[in-house]
Amino acid sequence: MSQPATTEQSAEPMQVTGDELLVVEGLTKHFPITRGIIFQKEVAAVKAVDGISFSLQPGETLGIVGESGCGKSTLVRCILKLLEPTAGRIVFQGEDITKFSRREMRSRRRDMMMVFQDPYASLNARKRVGFIIGEVLEIHGIGTPAERKRRVQELLEIVGLNSEHYNRFPHEFSGGQRQRIGVARALAINPKLIFCDEPVSALDVSVQAQILNLLKDLQKEFGLSYVFIAHDMNVVRHISDRVMVMYLGKAAEVAPREELYANPKHPYTGALLSAVPIPNPALGRLRSPILLEGDVPNPINPPSACNFHPRCPKFHEGHCDVETPPLETIGPEHLVACHYPLEHSPLESITAAAR
Amino acid sequence: MAPLLQVNDLRTQFRTDDGLLQAVDGVSFNVEPSQVLGIVGESGCGKSVTCLTIMGLNDKRNTESSGEVLFRGEDLLKASPKRLREVRGNEIAMIFQDPMTSLNPVHTVGKQLSEAVILHRDVSRKEARARALELLEAVRIPRAERRIDDYPHQFSGGMRQRVMIAMALINSPDLLIADEPTTALDVTTQAQILELLKQLQKDFGTAIIMITHDLGVVAETCDDVVVMYSAKVAEHADVDEIFERPQHPYTWGLMGSLPRLEVVVDRLQQIPGQPPSLLNPPNGCRFHPRCPYTMAVCKEKVPVLTKVPGDVFHEQACHLDPATKEREAAKLLAAVTGVGA
Repeated sequence: MSQPATTEQSAEPMQVTGDELLVVEGLTKHFPITRGIIFQKEVAAVKAVDGISFSLQPGETLGIVGESGCGKSTLVRCILKLLEPTAGRIVFQGEDITKFSRREMRSRRRDMMMVFQDPYASLNARKRVGFIIGEVLEIHGIGTPAERKRRVQELLEIVGLNSEHYNRFPHEFSGGQRQRIGVARALAINPKLIFCDEPVSALDVSVQAQILNLLKDLQKEFGLSYVFIAHDMNVVRHISDRVMVMYLGKAAEVAPREELYANPKHPYTGALLSAVPIPNPALGRLRSPILLEGDVPNPINPPSACNFHPRCPKFHEGHCDVETPPLETIGPEHLVACHYPLEHSPLESITAAAR
Repeated sequence: MAPLLQVNDLRTQFRTDDGLLQAVDGVSFNVEPSQVLGIVGESGCGKSVTCLTIMGLNDKRNTESSGEVLFRGEDLLKASPKRLREVRGNEIAMIFQDPMTSLNPVHTVGKQLSEAVILHRDVSRKEARARALELLEAVRIPRAERRIDDYPHQFSGGMRQRVMIAMALINSPDLLIADEPTTALDVTTQAQILELLKQLQKDFGTAIIMITHDLGVVAETCDDVVVMYSAKVAEHADVDEIFERPQHPYTWGLMGSLPRLEVVVDRLQQIPGQPPSLLNPPNGCRFHPRCPYTMAVCKEKVPVLTKVPGDVFHEQACHLDPATKEREAAKLLAAVTGVGA
C-alpha cells in the first residue's frame, strides 16, 4: 500500500522537553474510498485527520472543538490506536506507540482510558454495573474477585453513586448516572490520561454541570490529564487549560484557554465564538455575529490551500486559495493557521460590558 | 388585541402499563400575534407534550386531555379530526427537532413542499411548485430552482432544516411551533437558522412557540419565556425580566449550571439529583427534593402560580418570600455575569 504524503502543517518543529505525557506529531488518517468488488481500486480518500500535532503535559486538559465531521473523534481513536493512523507519530510517556501491535497496546491502555458520548450505547445493557466496571480490572488481571468488588464499590462512591448500585443494570439509571458509570469505568485502573468524547452533549444542562464538576474534582484528586472533545464552546472553555480548534481535519488554532477566548485569531474561531447564543438578552444584543455562509465542505474533496477559504469572511483571492497557511506561533503558546488573522475579538463588546 | 392562542389549565395524561402519567399538569399561557414564546425545561418536563396537545397530535387511544386550547377563540381540544387536519400545516405549523426523520426520503423536496400547498389550497401543481420555489428562496437555499428536485439526503443538516422551515411556512400560518429546531445542528449552522427564523418571523409576522432546553437560544430569540419543571409552569415572564430578575430556584439552577463565554467560574452551580418521575411525582412543590431552599411548607403545599410584585406579567410558583428571592437572584446574577462581584 502506498503511503500518502503527510501534509506538513507545522512550520517549526515542536519543542519536546521530555516531560510531556503525550506528544502527537503530524497525525494523519485517510479513509480510502474504493470502487469495484474483486479488484478494489482506491479512487479517493476521506481526509478525516490531516497532519495534527500537539503535546499534553501531565495534569493538563486539552479541549478540542470543532463541528461535526471535523475529525476530532477520529483523532482520538487514532491516538488510542483503535484506528490505525495513516501517518504521523504518537509518543506516550516517552515511548513511541505508533507501530505498536494490538497486544502491546493492551498494556499501554492501562494509562489511557476513554469516556464516550452516548451513555446509553456505551454500557452493555445485559450486564450488571458491577461487571461493567469490574471487567476493566479483570482484563488487566488486577486483584482477586473479592478485591475487585471492593474496588468497584469504592469507584461507585468516588463518582457520586451508591455502592449498593453494584448489582443494578444500566437501564435502572438516568442519563447522568450512566455517564457517572462511564467515568467510574474509565477511572478503574488509575489511568493517567482520559479521553472524553463529547461526554456531556447528550445530557441536560443541570446534569451536565454535575458531570463537568465531577470531572474537575477527579482531575484535582488523581492528577488526571484530559483530552476533552466537544462542539460546545462554553463547555470547552469551562474545562480546558488549552484549546485546539479543528476544521476539516486540520488544526486552525491552538492557544491557552484565556488567550483563545480573549484574542481569537482564526476567522473560524471567531465565527464559532460569535455563534454561541448568550444566555443574557442585554449582552446578546450587543454582539454582531460573524455568520458563516454555507456548510462544512466535503472532506473527500476539501477546498484548496486554506480549507476554510470558501466560507471565510477575510478571504483574499489568489492567496488563501493558493497557499496553505502554516500553523505558526503568533504569541506565547498561541498558534494559528491563517494568512489574515483577526485583529479584534467578535466578543470584545460583550466581555467589556460584562466586566 | 385578543391573544392568538390561549392555553388554559391544560392537562394531558397518558395511560401507561405502570399507571397514569401526568405529562402536562395545569399549564396556561397566551401567545399574541407575531410574538415569540419560549418554553424551556429539561427533557421530560412536558414541553413537547404541551405542544403536541395543542396540535392534537397525541395518540387518542391512551391520552386524556382537559382544559382549553383556544386558537382565535376556537377550542382545538374539542375540534373534530377533520377540522384539526384543516388547521395543522395551514394555520398552525410545526418544525421538529430532527430534519432527517421528518422529511420523506423517497420524495423530492419540491414534491413534499407542493403537497403541503395542494392539501390546503385549491391550486394547480404548477402554482404549488411555484410557491414551493418561492419559499425555498425565502429560506435562502442557494440555487433553489435546481435543488427543488433533489431528495432530502442530498441536503446537509442545516439545509434540511431550512426545507422544514419552508414547508412549515408555505401556507403562511399564524402560529409556528418549533420543537428544538436547532438542537441537532452545529453551532455555526444553529446561528444561521436562528437568524433566519428571526428574519422570517419579521417578514411573515408569524407567532412562534419555541421549545428548547437552551437558555442561550431563548435569550436570543424569544419575547416571553415559560420555564417548565415536571409538567408544571415554574415561572413565566418576558425575556429581559426573567434574565434580570429570575424568581424561581429552578430557574436559578438552570442559569447557574450553564458554562458561559462572558465569565469563567471555577465550579458550576449544579442542581443536585435528577428530575422526578412523572408517574410518581413528589408531594408539594415538585422541585423540593432538589431545591436548596426547601422549607416545611414546600413538602406539603403545591405552590400556585402568582404574580411577582413590580412586574404585571411576571408569574412564579414558589413559596419563598419575595425578599429572600430578590436577594438570592441578585447573588446569582452577580456570580454568573460578574457584574458587581
